[in-house]
Amino acid sequence: MSDAYVSLQQLTLAYGDSIAVPDLDLDINEGELITLLGPSGCGKTTTMRAIAGLMQPKSGRIFIDGVDVTRVSANKRQIGLVFQSYALFPHLSAYENVAFGLRLRRVASHQIQQQVNQGLERVGLQQLATRKPAELSGGQQQRLALARSLVMQPKVLLLDEPLSNLDAKLRLEMRSELQRLQRETAITMVFVTHDQSEALALADRIVLMSDGHIAQLGTAEELYNAPDTVFAADFMGFENIFKVADERDGLCYLAGRDSDVSARLEIAGSSEAGYLAWRPAAVSVGQGQHRGEVRSVAFAGETREYVIECTIGFVKAQVPVGNRVHAVGDVVDFELSLSTARPLRD
Amino acid sequence: MTQLWLSRLVIFLTLTFLIGPFFIIIFAGLSAGSSLAFPPDGLSLKWYLAVFEVESFRKSFILSMFLAVGGTLTALVLGVPAAYALSRYKLPFGETIKLIVAAPIIVPGIIVGLALLRYLVVPLDFTVTMALFLAHTALVLPYAVRVVSASLQNLRVDMEEAAVLLGCSRLGAFSRVVLPNIQGGILAAFILGFVTSFNQVPVSLFLSGPGVRTLPIDMIAYMEITYDPSVAALSALLAFLSIGIVFVAERFLGFSRYV
Repeated sequence: MSDAYVSLQQLTLAYGDSIAVPDLDLDINEGELITLLGPSGCGKTTTMRAIAGLMQPKSGRIFIDGVDVTRVSANKRQIGLVFQSYALFPHLSAYENVAFGLRLRRVASHQIQQQVNQGLERVGLQQLATRKPAELSGGQQQRLALARSLVMQPKVLLLDEPLSNLDAKLRLEMRSELQRLQRETAITMVFVTHDQSEALALADRIVLMSDGHIAQLGTAEELYNAPDTVFAADFMGFENIFKVADERDGLCYLAGRDSDVSARLEIAGSSEAGYLAWRPAAVSVGQGQHRGEVRSVAFAGETREYVIECTIGFVKAQVPVGNRVHAVGDVVDFELSLSTARPLRD
Repeated sequence: MTQLWLSRLVIFLTLTFLIGPFFIIIFAGLSAGSSLAFPPDGLSLKWYLAVFEVESFRKSFILSMFLAVGGTLTALVLGVPAAYALSRYKLPFGETIKLIVAAPIIVPGIIVGLALLRYLVVPLDFTVTMALFLAHTALVLPYAVRVVSASLQNLRVDMEEAAVLLGCSRLGAFSRVVLPNIQGGILAAFILGFVTSFNQVPVSLFLSGPGVRTLPIDMIAYMEITYDPSVAALSALLAFLSIGIVFVAERFLGFSRYV
């Protein structure tokens, strides 16, 4: 028995006969903001629903705060969930939405009033207490959904892609708001998203999931700088991933990631890894041992992004705008060096 | 130009066809004479008042009201949970159940009436009132299920899950979150069911017994014996009642959104 606050042990989740998450183990610490990150269908939402009790596991156990809640029904678990669609009650005012759970708990009416007002104030909605959800903007609905969950002081707050329905500016605002709320309330939060930048910016730890398994678990920096697998690197923005096809005499021979073209690209040094990966920013253009043809150039403010075609495929490079400009069709030298590469396994 | 005239003519004829009979009925009922005729034989309100003096009309009106209100309410009690189950769960034979529920609309009323008479009233000794009640409930049920299903479709499932996570039982989530959000649909289903039941003729025709007649059947029977304008007056009054109900419903809940 671990002393983690939330502990998933050998959890297997299935929809009928199709298994979505096989044999998952995960520990979440108290007061932590953890992100379940992964592409759609990786089992992150399913895992979240299992923690909430909205889905019964096929096998395995769930502990929250030291108690086995595997067989505890969803309405007794004291877990908050902010739905992707917010799932506000359209027939109730903002105030009544927040009061909903407290009334069920039979909290004394003067306390309800106090807590609801406090809850609305915390998310800046005290002026809009009498409005119906349909009369609130997307960002305000989001805040209301948060307030409705937080006022219950849940043991764990689950958030399902809470920022995906907001525009870019609001998303940044809500992101810092979430961090502030987490600091203030110290509630353990589990955040589900498919957006790596969101996960990196918010989470204390990231659980990267793929096909129902944990592909990698670590802090934002660990995942960003040191992904272990091809899947993790791909997800974290290593756009140049090449297979180490051969290695001899102090040289590595790279091949395309899954191509069976026999072309090779040699770089100095030796590596044990099955794959090597570079971020576009780690590729230098204009000088180097390799040569390729520029296929596209895109201006991106601070940097210019090139796609260069070479013998083993396409290499993406990102260089400061101050550097010499190459045009589409130019043959350029570029450099992939072992020192800037991230070694990966399959 | 000719096209404009033509379309106006078509609209005029359509409206005349739809509303014309209604006006004829109103004025036929205002007749001062003693036989049903149009144009009316002088003007008076006496037939509109005479309607209320006819004993059998009063009796059959009460029966019709009882069937329309009671049958529709029973249909809703059965139909709302059915609609909920059909829209929320993947039931085995779900499509078949939907079809069976819709059957009373598809099968001609005469057949329903005959079948109920032949297999319930005669062999099982059902009273006529009970058979009528059963028939009207069954006839209204498809509307109840359809209309309520439509408003359930617009209600997201995660709203119920949110209620459960805030401490509701499944049943509590249904009564606190689902019901308040489909009450417009339920009321619409009630009105539709009420009107359908109240105006029902073919099924009731078979299921009328001695002294037990719904209002439309009673009106037919009355006309066969007494050909005076009171039937026209009564028809007009009933039409005004229907219009009034629909008008109020539209005014307060936007009835047309649901039908």
